[in-house]
Amino acid sequence: MEKMLKVSSNPHIRSKDTTSRIMLYVVAALLPATIFGVFHFGLHALFLVMITVATTVLTEYIYDRCMKKKISISDFSAAVTGLLLALNLPPKAPLWIGVIGGVFAILVVKMLFGGLGQNFMNPALGARCFLLISFTSIMTNFDCDAYTGATPLAAIKAGESAPELIDMVIGRTAGTIGETSMIALLIGAAFLLVMGVIDLRVPGSYILSFVVFILLFSGHGLDFNYILSQLAGGGLMLGAFFMATDYVTRPITKNGQYVFGIFLGIMTGIFRIFGPSAEGVSYAIILGNLLVPLIEKVTKPVAFGKKKSKKEAV
Amino acid sequence: MSEGNSEARQGSMEVFFNGLVKENPTFVLALGMCPTLAVTTSAVNGLGMGLTTTAVLVLSNAIISLLRHIIPNRVRIPAFIVIVASFVTMVQLLLEGFIPSLYSALGLYIPLIVVNCIILGRAESFASKNPVIPSIFDGLGMGLGFTVALTAIGAVRELLGAGELFGIPIINNVLGMFTSVEYVPISIFVLAPGAFFVLAALTALQNRVKRKMQEKGQNADKIQSGCSSDCAGCSDSGCAHRFVDVDGAPGSVADAKANKKEG
Repeated sequence: MEKMLKVSSNPHIRSKDTTSRIMLYVVAALLPATIFGVFHFGLHALFLVMITVATTVLTEYIYDRCMKKKISISDFSAAVTGLLLALNLPPKAPLWIGVIGGVFAILVVKMLFGGLGQNFMNPALGARCFLLISFTSIMTNFDCDAYTGATPLAAIKAGESAPELIDMVIGRTAGTIGETSMIALLIGAAFLLVMGVIDLRVPGSYILSFVVFILLFSGHGLDFNYILSQLAGGGLMLGAFFMATDYVTRPITKNGQYVFGIFLGIMTGIFRIFGPSAEGVSYAIILGNLLVPLIEKVTKPVAFGKKKSKKEAV
Repeated sequence: MSEGNSEARQGSMEVFFNGLVKENPTFVLALGMCPTLAVTTSAVNGLGMGLTTTAVLVLSNAIISLLRHIIPNRVRIPAFIVIVASFVTMVQLLLEGFIPSLYSALGLYIPLIVVNCIILGRAESFASKNPVIPSIFDGLGMGLGFTVALTAIGAVRELLGAGELFGIPIINNVLGMFTSVEYVPISIFVLAPGAFFVLAALTALQNRVKRKMQEKGQNADKIQSGCSSDCAGCSDSGCAHRFVDVDGAPGSVADAKANKKEG
């Protein structure tokens, strides 16, 4: 307590939170989903996670060295990017997919724009979409030893019989390494919420507006089984709690965060229900990332003591 | 040369290399982005588009330069467009007759050469103020600069996005000599986003090479640019980019973004 109060120029409130600490919390929160993914999909998933994380960290290190900048890998943000990217890959993807994705995420999306805090788009999701467009057949092939065939969402979209709901919640379905287990992801999310790393503004408004959207437009009406499958069967939990909440690429203003979440919910609904593919979380979030500067501009709070003029308010 | 214009006294070769390197229309002036991004899916398409544009540019520069005292100042833009459009029509018919494969590959982008801002830009800023011979060399330099840029972008995109170069599966041929591994094309590079990636990377590379040259004392500033103060049409296209380029740290765009975010 002594050290936290210091009579000096501002800032007066000091916190023990550092970037590396927050990033380590995120890694810890992702561990349940990662461990579940490895047990569920086999050893190849573990290799894929390891090589992707190694690639992102190494890319950042080499870039910093080449550009003669301070080595920034000790803030663990590159490791978080690598882990998130790996959790977004199909379990049987070849290892070089992780390498290409890792290099793209760090080099193009993050470091070329100035490194942590400057990237306009979530690096892991940018890389996932890069891979998805480049290697569509590999990135949408979820066959593995344990499960063959479509992801739950694809099955529902095609009108086939979806897996049991309980399997989707626990995660015993086909999908990317980290997205299948709703329970493991929610444990991690709860940890982050308790530690104060994230709050419910973005994920809450995201999930709520998504539910409202599919209630209105999916044509299934008030079908709890369908709604829960939509929540548990795809990448929504991973996206809403771990990627849409990324400090760098979400709006700073509180109202802006609600707008951001609602936008993501609507876009995800549009992609899933009206789009050709069954999944749409990644594209929704990177589209939302691009809108963040505009959202911040509109939702900028009025400074204390200043009146909100009606002309500016629009 | 009766004109007191300093550009008129330049050697033709200087004018030529000005377009090829120092004021490369794609990498420095960032003109003609529409065909640059759209048709460079392969090296052959880039080369074809570049050479077609070069032909039109040389001919239109020559005619506009010949007519520069006759064309009234107020109607110069329509007059330029009529001249350019007639050459584009000729080239289009020739391509359709003799190289139909290239004609179908370039498609709509051949008639769009009429509104290519490189051609109008050079007519406005160079050919309408300079004698015929320098104007022809300016057209040649600018056109070949455009061709080199488009071919380079096309080659990189084709190599990464399809594993081929001028239609030859080069990567698989090389890999086949050592291993049985097959190259999996990164197909985003033949799609629209790939065009932006490759253009940005090559522009950065070109900036670096140019700065290295300047550091070595090769006074690239010896050549007067086409962006003289009386060039109205150029101020919002070509010169704007030059100004960015002068202080041109590659990170300046990112820095500007950072400042904006903080501000």
